[in-house]
Amino acid sequence: MNSTTVLEVRDLVVKFRLRGRVLTAIRGASLELYEGEALAIVGESGSGKSVFTKTFIGMLDQNGWVDSGSIDFEGRDLTRQRTEGEWMGLRGRKIAMVFQDPMTSLNPLVPVGRQIGEVLTLHKGMTKDQARSAVVELLDRVGIPEPASRSRQLPHEYSGGMRQRAVIAMAIAAGPRILICDEPTTALDVTIQAQILKLVKALQKDFGFTTIYITHDLGVVANVADRVAVMYAGKIVETGTAEEIFYDARHPYTWALLSSLPQLGVKGQNLYSIAGTPPNLFNEIKGDAFAPRNPRAQKIDFEYEPPMFEVSPTHHAATWLLDPRSPKVDPPPAIQAMRARYQGRAS
Amino acid sequence: MKAVSFQIYKGETFGLVGESGSGKTTIGRAIIRINEASGGQILFRGKRIDGRIEAALDRELIQGIQMIFQDPLSSLNERAKVDYIVSEGLYQTKPGLSGAQRLSIVEKALLEVGLLPEFASRFPHEFSGGQRQRIGIARSLVMEPELIIADEPISALDVSIRAQVLNLLSRLQKEKGLTYLFIAHDLSVVRFISDRIAVINRGELVELADSEELFTRPLHPYTRALLSAIPIPDPIQERNKEILIYDPSCHDYSKEKPAWREAMRGHWVLANGQEVDSYLKLAPIPATEQT
Repeated sequence: MNSTTVLEVRDLVVKFRLRGRVLTAIRGASLELYEGEALAIVGESGSGKSVFTKTFIGMLDQNGWVDSGSIDFEGRDLTRQRTEGEWMGLRGRKIAMVFQDPMTSLNPLVPVGRQIGEVLTLHKGMTKDQARSAVVELLDRVGIPEPASRSRQLPHEYSGGMRQRAVIAMAIAAGPRILICDEPTTALDVTIQAQILKLVKALQKDFGFTTIYITHDLGVVANVADRVAVMYAGKIVETGTAEEIFYDARHPYTWALLSSLPQLGVKGQNLYSIAGTPPNLFNEIKGDAFAPRNPRAQKIDFEYEPPMFEVSPTHHAATWLLDPRSPKVDPPPAIQAMRARYQGRAS
Repeated sequence: MKAVSFQIYKGETFGLVGESGSGKTTIGRAIIRINEASGGQILFRGKRIDGRIEAALDRELIQGIQMIFQDPLSSLNERAKVDYIVSEGLYQTKPGLSGAQRLSIVEKALLEVGLLPEFASRFPHEFSGGQRQRIGIARSLVMEPELIIADEPISALDVSIRAQVLNLLSRLQKEKGLTYLFIAHDLSVVRFISDRIAVINRGELVELADSEELFTRPLHPYTRALLSAIPIPDPIQERNKEILIYDPSCHDYSKEKPAWREAMRGHWVLANGQEVDSYLKLAPIPATEQT
């Protein structure tokens, strides 16, 4: 894998003002994104995965702000960008985003082709005629049949899967370096989902961009990701290659996430479930944010926040279990079974 | 929706799987009489419940069959507090309850679905999508129904919360002898919770079998395609899997029309005689490649 860093986030803190109170949505998250890779950010709703990536394109809601930390991209610190003009040169052009619901990115009253064409005239300086033929090529590339006549249709004339294809065409139109896909297939059927994921992977290969997937679906992660970052309560708690996360996870939250999948459950028995709910981010969090829901938590987890420990050069996890002084704790049975299956296959 | 026939047994979980537009939701809505069936019969406890029915039976059905809806936003009254939303049905079935009794039932139901009792005084917009869905589940629980039609009840929930809700549904089933019609598109979830699974495509049932049987020995090409597309949370397996694509024109029904046939005991498939023979020759899916 290429290890040139495209984007580097350091100790990012994002806060929101809500009904007179301040909520800390991102509590010091750090991440490196490598050129050409597919990184999946996994987390539950409220973990901050969407907010985190929205800071890369300056799309935080009005009541939110980056409190501290930095986001380095092409020699600039994105957290210092203030004006909409600065963002315009970046958003859509260098970093593009595909959202879960294609209708939120499409104007229902404007033909699909013209909407994609706008990206080309705005960011690539094409004339309207040039844009028109480029749009047809793009639609063809993302697998929309009869692209010329389809480009004149309105979004509602497209099926859900085709709309998502059109949105992808729009996102890649300006040739971005980074494509962020926020739950790109959650609203789609499994058979369509498989096709869309395959399409994004093929486009990534052709166009050479770097992809960030935001998802809660670990099946999708297994399909697309080279690397995985697990997020919990506004922090990245574990990062590693897909193999390291799925077969050798170290953080109790990652264990819990994987074990609660019905695919790993035994029928008739209770599925492993995480007790409680994620912490209230209005309050200050002491120690490991996952400790109150972690049946294996130790005293130190409630007292001090764990640093990122290195498991391997590509694998890091923020849990006291990796401290040499920690007692040995075995992962839950489903995780052990998964690891055994992996080792069985490898040998 | 074409002519579809199946039975749901008392105390079982019957999974109905299909893609969007397949008609799975319509079936559920026909049973709870939101959409009227234009032909055929629907029987509940042996009594016909489609078409015109008596007021007494109507009341019995309102209590006996409850539904958990797909969209937690549009299925909750946004101007009512959770307290009222959850207990609304009780005003009909148990009009004698005092306010305090109603509230205690509501709080118990909220706890059962993993919410805090004090949420009773809040409005739906104050909750996340997942929490709203749990309010919907609480609402159906307070009616103490016999059959719950759960239409994609967990697709809006987070992974860790899904497990809680699936466990909750199983526990309630054991405790109260509930019967579920579990409608979903996510086959891995349906497999985990269902005793039997029916696969529906374009308004027609194409296959029905015990859930493990369906996963190890899918017969219909549509079922096989659907199974092959499920994402597997295992990178090596997921990247190397082969996705089958269902081509509806692969059937040759010019000589013999398809019918709903029992290919093996309890395993039904929509096919003609020649197809059944060829389907049965297909190799079962080895356990290592299952999702």
